[in-house]
Amino acid sequence: MKVAIVKYNAGNICSVINAIKRMGIEPILTDDADELRAADKVIFPGQGEASSTMEYLKARGLDEVIKSLKQPVLGICIGMQLMCKHSEEGDTECLGIFDTEVKRFMPQRHEDKVPQMGWNTVYDTKSKLYEGFTQPEFVYFVHSYYVPLCEHTIATTDYIQPYSSSLHKDNFYATQFHPEKSGSVGERILKNFLEM
Amino acid sequence: MLAKRIIPCLDIKDGQTVKGTNFVNLRQAGDPIELGKAYSQQGADELVYLDITASHEGRKTFTQLVTRIAEEINIPFTVGGGINELSDVERLLNAGADKVSINSAALRRPELIDEIARNFGSQVIVVAIDAKCIDDTIHQNGDPMIDGTWRCFMNGGRLQTERDLFEWAKEANERGAGEILFTSMNHDGVKAGFADVALRRLADTLTIPVIASGGAGTREHFRDTFINGHSDAALAASVFHFGEIPIPELKQYLIGEGINVRL
Repeated sequence: MKVAIVKYNAGNICSVINAIKRMGIEPILTDDADELRAADKVIFPGQGEASSTMEYLKARGLDEVIKSLKQPVLGICIGMQLMCKHSEEGDTECLGIFDTEVKRFMPQRHEDKVPQMGWNTVYDTKSKLYEGFTQPEFVYFVHSYYVPLCEHTIATTDYIQPYSSSLHKDNFYATQFHPEKSGSVGERILKNFLEM
Repeated sequence: MLAKRIIPCLDIKDGQTVKGTNFVNLRQAGDPIELGKAYSQQGADELVYLDITASHEGRKTFTQLVTRIAEEINIPFTVGGGINELSDVERLLNAGADKVSINSAALRRPELIDEIARNFGSQVIVVAIDAKCIDDTIHQNGDPMIDGTWRCFMNGGRLQTERDLFEWAKEANERGAGEILFTSMNHDGVKAGFADVALRRLADTLTIPVIASGGAGTREHFRDTFINGHSDAALAASVFHFGEIPIPELKQYLIGEGINVRL
C-alpha cells in the first residue's frame, strides 16, 4: 500500500511518519501532485497556524490538489482545520471541503485553559474510522481553535462546549486530535483508515 | 472533560535511566526506551526524558536517543536538560520530541521563552522551575511552606537565584510558556507528598497547566495534588521505576476517588 503524507510548512509531521512506520508501512513525504494523486491513502497532518500554512499550500497549488483527491484522505489537527471553509485564526479562507467554520475556544471558567492540551474523550463516534469503538475513548489533543458540531461530525468531544473532534465527507476524514500520539486507541483509528 | 495526567520522568545519563534522591545519589533504573514503552502500555499519559549529561558528546547521544524514542513511543513526550538556545530546541523537535522543557536557560535569559513560542508555538514549551522554600520559621500549623518565601534555583538545584517562584511562573506564563513544571526541592525525594499549597497558588493564578513534581510516595499523594493542589498533571520517577506504585493501580484508585484520568 502506498501512503503519502502531504509535505508542507507545518510542524510535527515526523510523528505521523513514525506512527505509520510502526504499522509496518513506509510512507512517502511529498508535495508532488502526481505522487499524492497516485497514493492509495493520503494523510494531511501537522501542527501550525492557519494563515501561514494556507498561504504555503496555495503558493504551491497544493490547495487544489488536496481538494481534488479521490482516495481516502485523513486530515489531522491543523490539517482538519484547513479542510474546513474558514478559520478565525488569522481570518483565513481554507479549503472548504467541510462546509463549516473554525472558531477560537472562549474560556468560561479559570479551569478552561487554552490551548486544550492533553487527553479527552471522543464519543458518539460513527463511520468506518471508528469501527470497533463501543464506548468513549481517550485521545490526545493540542489545539486552541475548534469546529462546532455540524452535519459532518463523526465524533464529539466536550471542552468548554461539545464540539467536532472528527469530521467526514465522501472520501475525506479528519481528526482534531493526534491519533499518532494517542496510544493504542490512536493506532486503531490509523489502522481503520489504512484499511478503508 | 480533560483528564488529569500521570507522567513518569526518566533521568538519562549516558543513554541509561537514573534517578536521584534530593538531586544526588544516582541509582540505575533501566533502558530508557524499554521503560518508556512499558509505561506507555501501562497507561502513562506522557513521558519526560531529562538529559542530565553535561558534555557535548552526551548531548549528541541524547539526540540520537530522542530519535529512537519518537520512532517507538506512541504517546507524547517532553525532553529537557542542556537546552540553552533556540537551535537546541529545533534540534530536539526535529528529532521528534513533542515538547521541550527549559529551566536554567530561561532564568538566565527569559526572552528564550518568547523566541521558542514565536518559532514553534507555546504548546512545545514546558518551563521547569526548581524552587525551595527558604523560611526557617515553623508556622503555627507546622508547615513552613504555606506562606513562606520560595526562591528559584538553577543548575540542577545547585545555584540559588533571587527569583521568586510565583513571580517567575507568572512571567513565564506571560512570555508564552505552554506549561509550568514545578519541582519543590523541599519535597523532592522525601516521599511525603507534593507541595500542594504552593501548587494550588500556581494553578489558581496561571492560565496554563501546572505539573506537580517532587514528593510522590503514595497513591494518596497523587489524589491530594489533584484535589488540594489543583494540579493538572503529576510527575514522579522512583515510585514508578521501582514498581512501588504501578500506574494501572494508581489510575484505578484515582477513578475511585472521583478524579478523571485516562484508562
